[in-house]
Amino acid sequence: MVQIEQDILGKNDQYAAANRSWFRAKGILALNLVSSPGSGKTSLLTRSIQDLKGRYPLAVIEGDQQTSHDADRIRATGVSALQINTGKGCHLDAHMVGHAIESLGLAEKSLLFIENVGNLVCPAAFDLGEAHKVAILSVTEGEDKPLKYPDMFHAADLMILNKIDLLPYLDFDLALCLDYARRVNPGIEILQVSARSGEGLDAWYGWLAARMAS
Amino acid sequence: MHEMSICEGILQVLEKEAGRQGFQRVKGVWLEIGPLAGVEAEALRFCFDAVVRGSLAEGAQLEIIEIPGQGVCLQCDQSVPVRQRFDPCPVCGGYGVRITHGEELRIKELEVE
Ligand SMILES: Nc1nc2c(ncn2[C@@H]2O[C@H](COP(=O)(O)OP(=O)(O)O)[C@@H](O)[C@H]2O)c(=O)[nH]1
Ligand SMILES: [Mg+2]
Ligand SMILES: [Zn+2]
Repeated sequence: MVQIEQDILGKNDQYAAANRSWFRAKGILALNLVSSPGSGKTSLLTRSIQDLKGRYPLAVIEGDQQTSHDADRIRATGVSALQINTGKGCHLDAHMVGHAIESLGLAEKSLLFIENVGNLVCPAAFDLGEAHKVAILSVTEGEDKPLKYPDMFHAADLMILNKIDLLPYLDFDLALCLDYARRVNPGIEILQVSARSGEGLDAWYGWLAARMAS
Repeated sequence: MHEMSICEGILQVLEKEAGRQGFQRVKGVWLEIGPLAGVEAEALRFCFDAVVRGSLAEGAQLEIIEIPGQGVCLQCDQSVPVRQRFDPCPVCGGYGVRITHGEELRIKELEVE
C-alpha cells in the first residue's frame, strides 16, 4: 500500500494557478461566466461588448460542445474571440483556457470574458484561474435553480438574473429566488438585468469598473 | 457529468506516481469523497472501469470512503454536521453554515505491485 493523499483535480488546479498568476502579471481581469444553456450569456456579452468597447481592451473565450456560432456572434462586434469546442466534455478546464490565452494574444489590462459550456453542474468543479465566477440565471428557468444547483451558486461571487423584461409574463417569485441564492451563498452579489432591453446593465458595468480599477 | 474528467484525473495521478515511486500495476485505489464534492459515487465507479481499461490500473478495485460533511454556523458558532450545502444550521435554524469538511475529492492510498 502507498499513501498518496492527492487531490484529484490537483492537475487542473495547477494549470488554473498558472493562468491566474499570468492574468495578475498582465493586469487582466478574467471572468468565468456559467449558466444553463440559453440563459443569455452570449446575448449579455455581445451587448456588454458594444457598450464597453471604448473603455477597455476586451476579449472572449467561448466554450461550447459544438459549433463556432457564439464566437462568430462575438467577432461580429469587432472583438477578438476564440472558440473552444469541448466535444463530449461538459465544461472548460484550466488547461484548455491556458492554450486559448496563448493564441488570443491578450493586451495588458484587458477584460477577458470566458463563456463556459452551458451546464449548471460540472463547471463549478473546474477552476480556470478566473478572478470571479459569474452565474447567470434567467427568470424563465424558475426561482428554485439556486437550490437545485447549489454548487454553482455557491462558487459564484456574482449572480446576474437575466431576462427581467419577461417578469410581467411569468409567475417567477423574485424575492424567493434571491432568498434561495443567499441561502446557498450568503455573500453572493446579485444584479437584475435584461440583456434585451438594457435595464440594469449600468450596475453590471459599475461592478466591472470597480474590479478593473483594482 | 464530469465523472469522466475526474476519472481521467485519477489516472493521471496514478501514472505520475507510478513513475515517481516505481510501481507497475495498481490493484486498488482508495478515494475520499465528501458529500459536497459534487460527484456521484456510482457514476464514478462506472466511468472508472472504462477509463482505466488498457492502463496500469486495468481491473483495479475502487474503494470509496465517504467523508462526513461538517461546518461552523456563522450565527451560533457551533460546529455542526452538513449533508447539503443549503441546509440550515441544525442547532439554531439559521442559514450560513461555513463548510469545513465535505468538499474533499482525493486519492488517499493505493494498492500497487
Ligand atoms: N426576452 C429576453 N430574451 C433574452 C435575453 N437575453 C437573451 N435572450 C434570448 O435567450 C436566448 C438564448 O440566449 P443566448 O445568449 O444564446 O444564451 P446562452 O446559451 O446562455 O449563451 C436567445 O433567443 C436570446 O435572444 C433577455 O434579457 N430578454
Ligand atoms: Mg452562448
Ligand atoms: Zn447555528
